[in-house]
Amino acid sequence: MVGRANLSNRVLDTTILIALIVFSLACLVPILHTVAVSFSDKAAADAGRVLLTPINATTASYTKVLDDSQFFHAFYISIKRVVLGGLLNFVLTVMMAYALSKDSKQFGMRNVYMWFLVFTMLFSGGIVPWFMTIKSYGLLDSMWALVLPHAVQVFNVILLMNFFRNLPKELSEAAEIDGAGPWYIMARLFVPLSLPAIATVTLFSIVFHWNSFFDGLILMNTQDHYPLQTYIQTLVAQLSAQAMTGMSPDQLAEAMAVSNRTFNAAKIIISMIPILLIYPFIQRFFVHGITLGSVKE
Amino acid sequence: MRRKKNDLHYNVMVLPGIAFLALFSIVPMFYAIMAFQNFKPGRGISGSEWIGLENFTYLFQLPDSRQIFFNTIFLAVLKIIANLIVPLLFALLLNEVRVRFLRKWIQTIVYLPHFLSWVLLATIFFDVFSLDGIVNKLFGVFGIDPVLFYASNKWFPAIIVGTDVWKEFGFNAIVYLAALTGINPVLYEAADIDGASRFRQLWHVTLPGVRTTVVLLGTLALGNVMNANFDQIFNMYNPLVYQSADIIDTYVYRVGLNDLQYSLATAVGLFKSVISFILVVVSYVLASRFANYRIF
Repeated sequence: MVGRANLSNRVLDTTILIALIVFSLACLVPILHTVAVSFSDKAAADAGRVLLTPINATTASYTKVLDDSQFFHAFYISIKRVVLGGLLNFVLTVMMAYALSKDSKQFGMRNVYMWFLVFTMLFSGGIVPWFMTIKSYGLLDSMWALVLPHAVQVFNVILLMNFFRNLPKELSEAAEIDGAGPWYIMARLFVPLSLPAIATVTLFSIVFHWNSFFDGLILMNTQDHYPLQTYIQTLVAQLSAQAMTGMSPDQLAEAMAVSNRTFNAAKIIISMIPILLIYPFIQRFFVHGITLGSVKE
Repeated sequence: MRRKKNDLHYNVMVLPGIAFLALFSIVPMFYAIMAFQNFKPGRGISGSEWIGLENFTYLFQLPDSRQIFFNTIFLAVLKIIANLIVPLLFALLLNEVRVRFLRKWIQTIVYLPHFLSWVLLATIFFDVFSLDGIVNKLFGVFGIDPVLFYASNKWFPAIIVGTDVWKEFGFNAIVYLAALTGINPVLYEAADIDGASRFRQLWHVTLPGVRTTVVLLGTLALGNVMNANFDQIFNMYNPLVYQSADIIDTYVYRVGLNDLQYSLATAVGLFKSVISFILVVVSYVLASRFANYRIF
C-alpha cells in the first residue's frame, strides 16, 4: 500500500516538475534564440537556420552596433532619463507615501489627497489632450517631457504607503517622544526599515523609464532626442512598414526573411543588459515588497 | 499643538507630487473638452468652434468603430480570462515543489519577461513567428504547413493573447503564491491524517484557500475590459491585421496624432476613458462589498 502511494507520488512530482520546466523554457527560449541569432553568421541567420545555438559564432553584429553612434546616443538619453526620472520618482514617492501613511487624525487632509491620487490613476483625458497639454507647456522635444509628466507613479505611492502603514506605530511614537520631527522619522526610521518595498518601487520606476517608448515617439521631434526604446521601435516600424505597404502575403514573407536579423538581435540584447543587471539584485526584494505592500490591517 | 505642526509638514511632503499630478493629469482632462469642438490647432481651445456631440455621432457612424470596439473588448476579455487561469495553474504547480532552490530558480526565470519592454519583445516575436521562425519550424516537425502569423486575422488574436500571457503569467502568479503560503499548514496535516490524496487536498484545502484571491482578481479585472494593451498591439500589429487587432487606443493614435483629426480622436479616447472609469468604480465597489477589498 505504502509503496504504491509513494510511487504515484513520485510520478506526480515528476510530472509537475516537467510541466514547470516547460513553463520556464517557454520563457527562456525566445530570449536564448535572440542571443543565438546575435552571435550567428549573418547568412545563416537570414536563412533562418539558427535555433538556440549560434551558427558560425561571430561577434560581427556587436562590432557593427559599436559603430552605430545613433544607437549609443539613444542609449545615453535613456540612461539620463532613468537617472533623472528615477530620482524624481524616488523623492516624491517616499515623501507622499510617508505623509499619506498617517491616518486622517494625524493628517487632516489625508483622505482628500488619497481620493485625488486614486482619481488621477483611474481617469485620464486621453492621449491627444495629454499631448496638447505638454505641448502647451513648451516641453516638446526636451528631456523634461519624458521625466516630469511621470514624476508621480500613483501605484508606487500606494504600494509604499501600505508598507509604511504596516510598520509598528510605536516606532514613530517613541521617536516623536524623543523629539524627532517628521522629516527625521521619515528619512532615518521609515526609509531604512522599508528597504524591500523601496527597492521594489525603485525597480518599477527604473523599468518604467527604461522601457517607455511611446512618449519619446510623440513628444520628441528629432531622432537625436529619441530614447533607446523609441529608437528601436522606429527601426522595427520601418521594417514592418516597408514590408506591409500593399504587399501580398508572399512578398511579405520574403521581406521579413531578408530583415537585418543579426544586427537587430544584437541591439535587442544590448538594450536588455541594464534590466538584466539590476534584476537579480532586486528580484529577491520585490516579491516580499509587493505582497507586504498589498496587505492591509 | 504638536499635531498641527506635523500637519503642515505632511502637507509640504505631499504637495509637490500633487502639483505634478495636477499639471499632467488634471489639466489634460480639461483639454478633453476638445471632444465637443471642431478643434483647429491654430485657434486653440478658446477660438475653436463648438459642435456639441457631433464628433460622437460621427464616431458611431464610422464603419471602423464597431470593429474597433469589438476588437478591444474581445482581446481584453480573452486576456483577462487567460491571465487569471494560467498564473493560477502555474502557482498551483509551483506550490507542490518543496525543493527551495528549484522554486527560486523557476521564479527568477518566469518573472523576467515582465520586465522586458514590448518594443524589444515585439521584435523578438516578429522573428519567432516569422515564416522561417522557431514556431513554424516546430509546426514543420509535426507536418503542419508554415503559417504567416502576422498576416492572418485568424491567428493574430491568438498571438496577441498568447504573448501577453507569456510575458505576465509569472508575475501575476506572485499574488496567488502569496495566498497559497497563507494557507494554514494544519489543514494539510489534518487532511493527511484523514487519508486524503494530494488531489483531494488540492480540491478541499488548496483551492478553497485561493478562492477569495481568484474572485478578487476577477472582479478587479473588470476595470480592464476596455484595456487591450496599447504598447503590445502598437508594436506587433500591421495593416494586414487591422481587422482583428486594431483597438481603440491604436485607432486614437493613428487618427489623432498621425492624421491630426484631434477632436475625433479625443472624442474616441474620452468615450473609452469614461466607460473604463465607470467599470473600474463598479469593480472596486463590488470588490469592497464582497471581498472586503480597500485600495487604501
